[in-house]
Amino acid sequence: MKVVIMGCGRVGAQLAGLLDADGHEVTILDVDAYSFRRLPSDFKGTALLGNGIDEAVLRRAGIEEADVFVALTQGDNRNVMAAQIAKHIFNVPRVICRIYDPLRQELYDTLGIEAFSPTTIFAHLVKEKIEG
Amino acid sequence: MYIIIVGGGRVGYYLARALLEEGHEVLIIEKNASFCDIINEEMGSVCIRGDGCEAATLADVGAGRADMLVAVTGDDEDNLVACQVAKYKFNVPRTIARIRNPQNEAIFKKLGVDVPVSATNIILEAIEKEVPTHPLTHLLTLTERGLELVEVRIPPTSSSIGKPLKEIPLPAGSRLALIIPKNRRPRIPTPSSILREGDQVIALTTPEAEESLRTALTGT
Repeated sequence: MKVVIMGCGRVGAQLAGLLDADGHEVTILDVDAYSFRRLPSDFKGTALLGNGIDEAVLRRAGIEEADVFVALTQGDNRNVMAAQIAKHIFNVPRVICRIYDPLRQELYDTLGIEAFSPTTIFAHLVKEKIEG
Repeated sequence: MYIIIVGGGRVGYYLARALLEEGHEVLIIEKNASFCDIINEEMGSVCIRGDGCEAATLADVGAGRADMLVAVTGDDEDNLVACQVAKYKFNVPRTIARIRNPQNEAIFKKLGVDVPVSATNIILEAIEKEVPTHPLTHLLTLTERGLELVEVRIPPTSSSIGKPLKEIPLPAGSRLALIIPKNRRPRIPTPSSILREGDQVIALTTPEAEESLRTALTGT
């Protein structure tokens, strides 16, 4: 599969490494070239400097042929905007988006975005650990 | 009208001032506490501190009865989301978003923002109007019909000068609506009308035919 990831933080870099190791064609975007240090040294995909909410940058990242787009920056609104561009402008078949604020989940469902909140997931995980 | 402004920076500040003067009910949502204090001190209690992209904040300020939401923060993505929450969750009838990247104009429209406003595009339009060397000016775009009204000034080098209109090869979908000669009264074009240097021509065209129209009227 061809995957475009926006945001090369810890999660983005690790996901890029895992998908790359499984033989997928990965392009990862970040506005800060220093972030690419997090990619594994044997990463065979493409690291591209640029802002994922810029249509021109997304085109350069090959979004038109992408099977999956994943938005993993620190900004919820940035993620949701990029996800909508990927889904509604470029018709990427699968679009996944991270949002920290679980209150917005409902809205993103309305907008047709597959969003998940690490805040909620982690809170439940810790609760389960505590309660056994 | 009840108008909610998201973003109390300079654009939001002056916008609120002008709208209050016109007698509208205005409310600003701003994240930065000191900006809020300044606005409330100067304009009365019209600013609340909060995130205008959050449904909870918009519910607090009664977005359900707002006639309009204007998002003028410095970030395109925040403005988009504020407008979308207002529109899809609170059915605000009209949403206006400021955009920094002019490319986002089409994207925002497609994603449900009623009016995206790009300062860059507005300045570009002003330049087109002011600078006489720019031979084609957009006057009005009817997006839904794929039509635009443009103004073309006939340069001295144009090969169309002195010819009757019927001999000028206009592209399909383009029609001349009015000829405004220098220092004379405007006239409705007929097939035998003759263009002269400096004439202003008002024409109806399509985005596809625009370039051919420009060439037909101004080409050498």
